[in-house]
Amino acid sequence: MIVELGHFATILALGIAAGLAVVGYLSATRRNWARSATVLAAAQLLAVASGFAALLYAFLTSDFSVLYVTENSNTALPWYYKLSAAWGGHEGSFLLWTLMLAAWTWAVSIAGRRVPAEIHGRVLGTLGLLNAGFLLFLLSVSSPFERLIGGPAEGSDLNPLLQDFGQIVHPPMLYLGYVGFAVAFAFAVAALLARRLDAVWARWTRPWANVAWAFLTVGIALGSWWAYYELGWGGWWFWDPVENASFMPWLAGTALIHSLAVTEKRGAFKSWTVFLAIAAFSLSLLGAFIVRSGVLTSVHAFAVDPERGLYLLAFVVLAVGGALTLYGLRAPAIRARAHYWGLSRELMLLCNNLVLVLALAVILIYTLYPLAYEAVTAGEKTSIGPPYYNRVFVPLALALAAVLAVMPVSRWRRTPVVLFRNIGVMLVIALALGVLLPLVLGGAIAIGAMLAVGLGLWIAMTHVTDFRRRRRSLTRSYLGMVIAHLGFAISVVGVGVTSEFSHAVDARMTIGDSVKLNDVEYRLNRVERVEGPNYTADRVEFTTDTGVALYPEKRHYPARNQVMTEAGIAPGFLGDLYITLGEQLPDGSWGVRINDKPLVRWVWLGALLMAFGGILAVTDARYRRLSRRQSLPSRAVSGEPAVT
Amino acid sequence: MNRAKLFVPATLFGVLVIVLYLGFTLRDPTLLPSALLDKPFPGFDLPVLAGAPGERATRDRLLGETRLVNVWATWCPTCLAEHGELMRIRAETGLSIVGISYKDDSRKARQWLAHYGDPYDFNVVDLDGDLGVDLGVYGAPETFLVDAEGIIRFKHVGDVNPGVWRDEFEPRIAALKGKDEVAENRL
Repeated sequence: MIVELGHFATILALGIAAGLAVVGYLSATRRNWARSATVLAAAQLLAVASGFAALLYAFLTSDFSVLYVTENSNTALPWYYKLSAAWGGHEGSFLLWTLMLAAWTWAVSIAGRRVPAEIHGRVLGTLGLLNAGFLLFLLSVSSPFERLIGGPAEGSDLNPLLQDFGQIVHPPMLYLGYVGFAVAFAFAVAALLARRLDAVWARWTRPWANVAWAFLTVGIALGSWWAYYELGWGGWWFWDPVENASFMPWLAGTALIHSLAVTEKRGAFKSWTVFLAIAAFSLSLLGAFIVRSGVLTSVHAFAVDPERGLYLLAFVVLAVGGALTLYGLRAPAIRARAHYWGLSRELMLLCNNLVLVLALAVILIYTLYPLAYEAVTAGEKTSIGPPYYNRVFVPLALALAAVLAVMPVSRWRRTPVVLFRNIGVMLVIALALGVLLPLVLGGAIAIGAMLAVGLGLWIAMTHVTDFRRRRRSLTRSYLGMVIAHLGFAISVVGVGVTSEFSHAVDARMTIGDSVKLNDVEYRLNRVERVEGPNYTADRVEFTTDTGVALYPEKRHYPARNQVMTEAGIAPGFLGDLYITLGEQLPDGSWGVRINDKPLVRWVWLGALLMAFGGILAVTDARYRRLSRRQSLPSRAVSGEPAVT
Repeated sequence: MNRAKLFVPATLFGVLVIVLYLGFTLRDPTLLPSALLDKPFPGFDLPVLAGAPGERATRDRLLGETRLVNVWATWCPTCLAEHGELMRIRAETGLSIVGISYKDDSRKARQWLAHYGDPYDFNVVDLDGDLGVDLGVYGAPETFLVDAEGIIRFKHVGDVNPGVWRDEFEPRIAALKGKDEVAENRL
């Protein structure tokens, strides 16, 4: 009964979303409709939340008469995995997606009340239209509420890979980011429709883009961390099509939040910024299509259903094609002379955008190349592996780091040459340390790691110097930027060092055996049988001569008759020790792989700092002031510099 | 900037949609023209999973009898689903099955076979997926029917279940076996 109520609430939500689309656009020109749009946004959230709550209830009570529950849950699951199993498959995760869009829509309807009605109404209308499309897709070909006649007594269980803390937090964070870009998208569409693309528009859009970007950053970092400890390969990024699907909107979003800075402060890059706002969400949609249509094979892919793929493709064509056509018709097309010279901050941000978009284009082409190749050659296959990606992406990331290191000394419009004096000295010091530190501590020459450490230090030095110079007049947005940039530097150092200085050894070990790796001795002490809530495991205890204990496990899940390896990890700020079990050989010994991974946590720590910086910037006083005023005097300079 | 330039994104997007649409419709395995049908199985020289140290296998090891060549991996849930059927086929019909451990961790693959049973005569390790590319593998699992001369006679994408076995494989194998016997009698 509760499931039927949830189903009904979701159908109701579709109606409300469609209503919001109509009322939202009407309220842009008719003042008295504005109140109704806000009410509808709240009603939509309530309705989708009720539907989602009903699904959670079905999972919590293990209602196996619901097909989706049967496919993804089991009575032996602990309660928190029962709940997170609700987004363990396509249908439920898509309901979560619509719930988040409803939540963003509601937040915009509340926080954006002071935005002029001609924009606000169109933003809500666009968001309503998008969610109507999603809900129609959900209810027509992906309903999680479908009943089974005579349901089984036991469910087929959640994939053991997903029985993990990562599954609880990674998808919601990721979706908040994906869907959050819908707000920037809606602002772009609204501004184009209302022909109000100015610096004020950038100031409204910026906080939303920042928050969505921060969620996506955390979501990707969590996914990378999860893959690292759960998949048992010790890797943290695989250039898998679905990882790329989350990384492309992130790159577009990163370019967007930087381009928005130029549009807000200088009124420049307007067409480019609005394009990026459309692109970020379009790439989120493209990602959803890739993951949910089965068009590319991936460890992440959901079950394939051609109907779903075609619907999603049609939706992508309407939403993205519509927005880009609108862009072609309405984006400002005035070619103006550039209002910045030499190494101005505008130029720095232009370089930032060029590098990010270039990286994005390469990843997009590489991801889709196998598809295009197959289409052109009528069925022949090819694939592009991680070395191709790394060859292009690593130099681009290092170039981005170099631009970022110079950025703090630059000024808007024009940078006095005198300001560049010190950064050369800093570069020399940073590069010297970058060569020395890996050489002394790692004992090897590794160009990639040396450049990463050197550039990371350079970024830190120039930012800290600028921070000290400005400490009397700090704004939160400036502080957020510094923290995010230091986070980027930390990630770069982490990636460089862990890629080049990780060690691994494979061994066959029985109880009492020891193996030495990189001057640390690992001893296999004992093996014990452990009973989990829904699995049994062999747990092996290792200790090192440095006094660290690790407990890798081999788990057997009877519900799906699946065996999982659980890595034994000793995490550390300066590096992880990481052990995975292979098979147990007939003589009772174990195949063991021992890794040490220096600075691997810096990869994610840096990402978390980036996200924190992004959120901190949003709390800046000027965005709070914004919400108390009807409008702001535009600081836009006349005309617009050519971007391309 | 003139107006036409602003339509560049929309145009590029149009191209992208065409690629996606073609990719999406082409990847339907029933529409996929298998260029390899009735062609010799591609040559290979790959390590043998859990073989003697340094042992490798080439295309020659496929010759001599009708076999199934099954592309599988431990990361592929559908492969686990079809595993029981492969075990049954091997046990009940004695048909030779050769495995291609596709883009997989060999330790995991060995452990999988130790755990779930081993229906394969032998497995070759296609770590980089090169043989997979030659075979036009879309994704695991895929199963090829290869005759005694090493010619690919049929390809099935997706799991081999009792229905697929009965409707697709059994009649074709019966026909091939008949041909083999005729050939032997002539000699």
